[in-house]
Amino acid sequence: MSAVRRPQCVVIGAGPAGLGAALAAREAGLSDVMLLERDFELGGILPQCIHDGFGSIVFEQVLTGPQYAQRFIDRVERAGIEVKLNTMVLEMRGDRRITAVNPADGVFELEPSSIVLAMGCRERTRHQVMIPGYRPAGVICAGAAQRDINIEGLMPGRRAVILGSGDIGLIMARRLTLEGAEVEGVYEIMDHPGGLTRNVVQCLHDYDIPLHLSHTVTFIHGRKRVEAVTVARVGEDLKPLRDTERRVPCDTLVLSVGLIPENELSKQAGVQLDPLTGGPVVDETMHTSVEGIFACGNVVCVFDLVDWVTQTAETAGRGAAEYVLEAGRRKRGPAVRVTAGRNVKFVVPQLVRRPERGVDFFFRVEHPERAARTRVLVDGEELYSRKAKMVRPPEMIKAGADPGKAARGPENVTVEVVAEEEEA
Amino acid sequence: MKKTHSYTCINCPLSCGLTLVEEDGEVLEVSGADCRVGEKYAVEEFRNPRRTVSTTVRVQGGVLPLLPVVSAAPIPKALVRDAVRMLSRLTVDAPVADGQVIYPDILGTGVDVVASRRLDAAGRGDA
Ligand SMILES: Cc1cc2nc3c(=O)[nH]c(=O)nc-3n(C[C@H](O)[C@H](O)[C@H](O)COP(=O)(O)OP(=O)(O)OC[C@H]3O[C@@H](n4cnc5c(N)ncnc54)[C@H](O)[C@@H]3O)c2cc1C
Ligand code: SF4
Repeated sequence: MSAVRRPQCVVIGAGPAGLGAALAAREAGLSDVMLLERDFELGGILPQCIHDGFGSIVFEQVLTGPQYAQRFIDRVERAGIEVKLNTMVLEMRGDRRITAVNPADGVFELEPSSIVLAMGCRERTRHQVMIPGYRPAGVICAGAAQRDINIEGLMPGRRAVILGSGDIGLIMARRLTLEGAEVEGVYEIMDHPGGLTRNVVQCLHDYDIPLHLSHTVTFIHGRKRVEAVTVARVGEDLKPLRDTERRVPCDTLVLSVGLIPENELSKQAGVQLDPLTGGPVVDETMHTSVEGIFACGNVVCVFDLVDWVTQTAETAGRGAAEYVLEAGRRKRGPAVRVTAGRNVKFVVPQLVRRPERGVDFFFRVEHPERAARTRVLVDGEELYSRKAKMVRPPEMIKAGADPGKAARGPENVTVEVVAEEEEA
Repeated sequence: MKKTHSYTCINCPLSCGLTLVEEDGEVLEVSGADCRVGEKYAVEEFRNPRRTVSTTVRVQGGVLPLLPVVSAAPIPKALVRDAVRMLSRLTVDAPVADGQVIYPDILGTGVDVVASRRLDAAGRGDA
């Protein structure tokens, strides 16, 4: 076997996170950056997201998913970053040894000085929502349906019911309709939509597709192919109310029931995961608990805006470059924990190590709230405060703060959403 | 005759429910908006709602069978379905450059439909 390669940085996954991280690492001074991607092309999930709505923060322009990806792909090609496509990373160890495979090199190993994890996320499936019934063909995840229709040119069915009102489900309701299928309705167990309001309006209202809140699917009928589903209203305990059950004929059930960060490799390497996000615990440079391993994008937590994926990617790429260029000269300082306070579900990053630099916190609220204020507190001192007319779980919130500016500490950083006093 | 229309403002997370009252096409009143943006949005939605169209067209000889395309600007909302139907009958030849005009002046709107990615000819790209 040929000698083990030792690049300065290996990026795993070439979606917007991986592309952004590789570019940032390169621009921050690393000459030997390698990008590994299991697909046959760069871009990750974006080539299948053909609708618009990407890039309003990064490019101040509304782009489609493929357009957003193309800009980064062009830059990666110009930057001379080594790209290995059709390359699956099979294993990653805590000492940063990577085993990968592709048709050209066979199985090969790498020992990079730093790694950026950018494997994205995967969809929750029928098993994770536990719908009783037969196991016929025609039950499909929204992202898989998106790939079929927009990349492969295959129609998953003619009459669909959509379970879950996440953004991908809403977008697929419109796409299926435009491609000539009938979408009977979107059923959502919660009493509020899971996706962004603009998607509810532009994907459902525009096409008269009904959204049934506080509803779920209780049975899948059909032995070979889906023939119908039973839907029911749910009570306050989210349990179906049997006397509201109704049978809806359809040939396809599209599931849009959430995404989970893809962290099989992270687990192998002993990267500490946060049970609230499903992704690695990271500090403000996106450094994980394992020396030299960084993470960004949906592998860390599921972002709703690709622009923020890009921002975390740039932080991780710069962090990895700094780590390599300063190797051995600096010990990692002690970390301050970031606490999720009132009406905050989780916060990324979870740790702050070098408070003298500004930190961007990304978080989601637990429940919708009107007239609220988002705050960042360092040992009780308010360092960031911003009014919000409305906060909703599908919309991630960003708060920038400079914990080093606090008078004391920092010993504790808290991110919280508080009710705003009525304005006069 | 007076008529009312309802819209949901999408310009900020508050998602105000807007009610527009008109008489013979004349806007008389917009209510429900928490700010001016919402009022403007309701009037636009009533007078001339527009949407960006994105869909796919068939490709011959490409690394993929479909090419994503997008209208270079929003077109009248009422024409979206017809535009998609029209584009679904189209086939283009690979390679295609990012931004290449695929269908000029769609349905007489003055708006071009362009490729929203680069698509190489088969044989390149796949290992
Ligand atoms: C099905 C689906 C549809 C989505 N649709 C939308 C949408 O319409 N609008 C929107 O704003 N957001 C959408 N999202 C969110 C979207 O994921 C993010 O906006 C963004 O694409 C995340 O970027 P990423 O780079 O973190 O992950 P991804 O784009 O998912 O990229 C991860 C990459 O890592 C590669 N990879 C994973 N494991 C390995 C391995 N072991 N070895 C080598 N390569 C590996 C994958 O092949 C992939 O290319 C969608 C997500 C999913 C899953
Ligand atoms: S009307 Fe103003 S406050 Fe209400 S949703 Fe629209 S932009 Fe937001």
